[in-house]
Amino acid sequence: MSETQSEMGMTGIRIGAGAGFAGDRIEPAVELIEKGELDYLCFECLAERTIALAQLARQHDPGAGYDPRLEKRMRAVLGPAMAKGVRIISNMGAANPLAAMQAALGVARDMGLTGIRMAAVLGDDVLSVISGQDHTLIDRTGTLAQLAPISANAYLGAFPIARALAQGAQVIFTGRVCDPALFLGPMIHAFGWGEQDWTLLARGTAVGHLLECAGQLTGGYFADPGFKDVPGLARLGFPLAEVSPDGHAVLTKVAGSGGRLSLASAREQAMYEILDPARYLQADVVADFTTLRLTEIGPDRIAVSGARGLPRPETLKVSVGYRDGFIGEGQITYAGPGAVARGQLALDIVRERIAMLGLPVEEVRYDLIGVNSAHVGAYHGDPAEVRARVAARAQDAATAAEIGAEVEALYLNGPSGGGGVTTSLREVVAVASILIGRDVVQPSIVHEVS
Amino acid sequence: MRLREIAHARTGDKGDTSQICVFARDPAHFPLLERRLTTERVAAHLSGLRPRRIDRYVLAELGAVNFVLHGALSGGVTRSLALDAHGKTLGAQLLDMEMGDA
Repeated sequence: MSETQSEMGMTGIRIGAGAGFAGDRIEPAVELIEKGELDYLCFECLAERTIALAQLARQHDPGAGYDPRLEKRMRAVLGPAMAKGVRIISNMGAANPLAAMQAALGVARDMGLTGIRMAAVLGDDVLSVISGQDHTLIDRTGTLAQLAPISANAYLGAFPIARALAQGAQVIFTGRVCDPALFLGPMIHAFGWGEQDWTLLARGTAVGHLLECAGQLTGGYFADPGFKDVPGLARLGFPLAEVSPDGHAVLTKVAGSGGRLSLASAREQAMYEILDPARYLQADVVADFTTLRLTEIGPDRIAVSGARGLPRPETLKVSVGYRDGFIGEGQITYAGPGAVARGQLALDIVRERIAMLGLPVEEVRYDLIGVNSAHVGAYHGDPAEVRARVAARAQDAATAAEIGAEVEALYLNGPSGGGGVTTSLREVVAVASILIGRDVVQPSIVHEVS
Repeated sequence: MRLREIAHARTGDKGDTSQICVFARDPAHFPLLERRLTTERVAAHLSGLRPRRIDRYVLAELGAVNFVLHGALSGGVTRSLALDAHGKTLGAQLLDMEMGDA
């Protein structure tokens, strides 16, 4: 449908969240298109490290490097979205937005959907810009010069998305952009917000932030039986926002969908991954959430207002991906009386073996799953079973692989009654962050029609 | 009384930083959270974590106290050897904190 007239006679828009991560369910997006009377549907599918892995895929195949689930998602949503006039925006472009657009065009043509205007937002890839430069890492100690980058992507803002919409795009693929910008782009486009409308941009950012993790707003990542019960998680409904031209919004979900959008779930999502709530740094604005107001105005309806905005930072955050050796791991289970003592003995044996063999590992971790693998506080009690786990990082794959082999050898050489060994070996692609001047980043847009 | 009886929490991560926001279920309990949910008590409760620094932010409008634990995630999700490399389980562990009488 086209943009709707509100009771006040002003034009509001309806924006849905179609995915909150790359592995998210597909049906809730289709349900939102069918029943949400949406104008826009945004899919956030790009985790911090994903783009570095995608860059590796692109090095092997120039046509790869976008979200591997893109075709499957597009096959499910393109038909209904175009029938309902819903425009789609996603960061599924990952390390290759152009190839993502081509893939989506291919799906559209396969399905006989011709005439769809698609666009790719380029310019976040700054690997060539930063090569040879040195920068201090912002999220831990160290400098860029100590790493061997395989990818570097700047967090773009919402204005390139708004521009692509203004140029008529119905389906837009980006690489790295600030997650809330996927949602802020349509607001800028529909309401004509300017680059210095800090309050409006902050309000729109708050709405985008609340939507960006999709089901985490409507009862996902929330249930705690007996304390916080959520109905229908197997058919969790994803959220949508009814946004007014002043940036105030009502968050809701479609009738009949599972989950629950409550004041408590909205509060949790409002603060999710927010560090200093007075300074939520985005490419387009610094948002202040300390004055954010959430009000329950009906069943599954939360009004959001009150965010304040400050001028945008002079720098953009850049995620730098780099190779960081290999992690090898092995696990083995012990059950019954003395399980903890036998599991601990298993760990002690592997520790002694690593020293005896002189394995050149950089870091080793010993866990008893069931006792202390995730739990970091004081522990009381005696579990019926434990799983001994050893994980280590090494610069070479052969050394890392020895960790699994040493755990497997515990079958015949370790404590009594060990079972269910699993081993794994993976290459580490780690991510660090730097800041660069925003003037060196020049986004551009490419259009094509199916 | 355990924190879980009067509060709920959500945990997130940014690089090597863990973020745990604790919310009062009932606004009446927010002053208790503000008073007793101190940086020192959080550090002591999550004793195995040993972050480099903990920042604490009070959000009266949301009835929440936000904790930012720098250097708490063994280098961050992309290189940590931990099973729960995101530290997603930390908020639930924090809710086991003893809060004394209301």
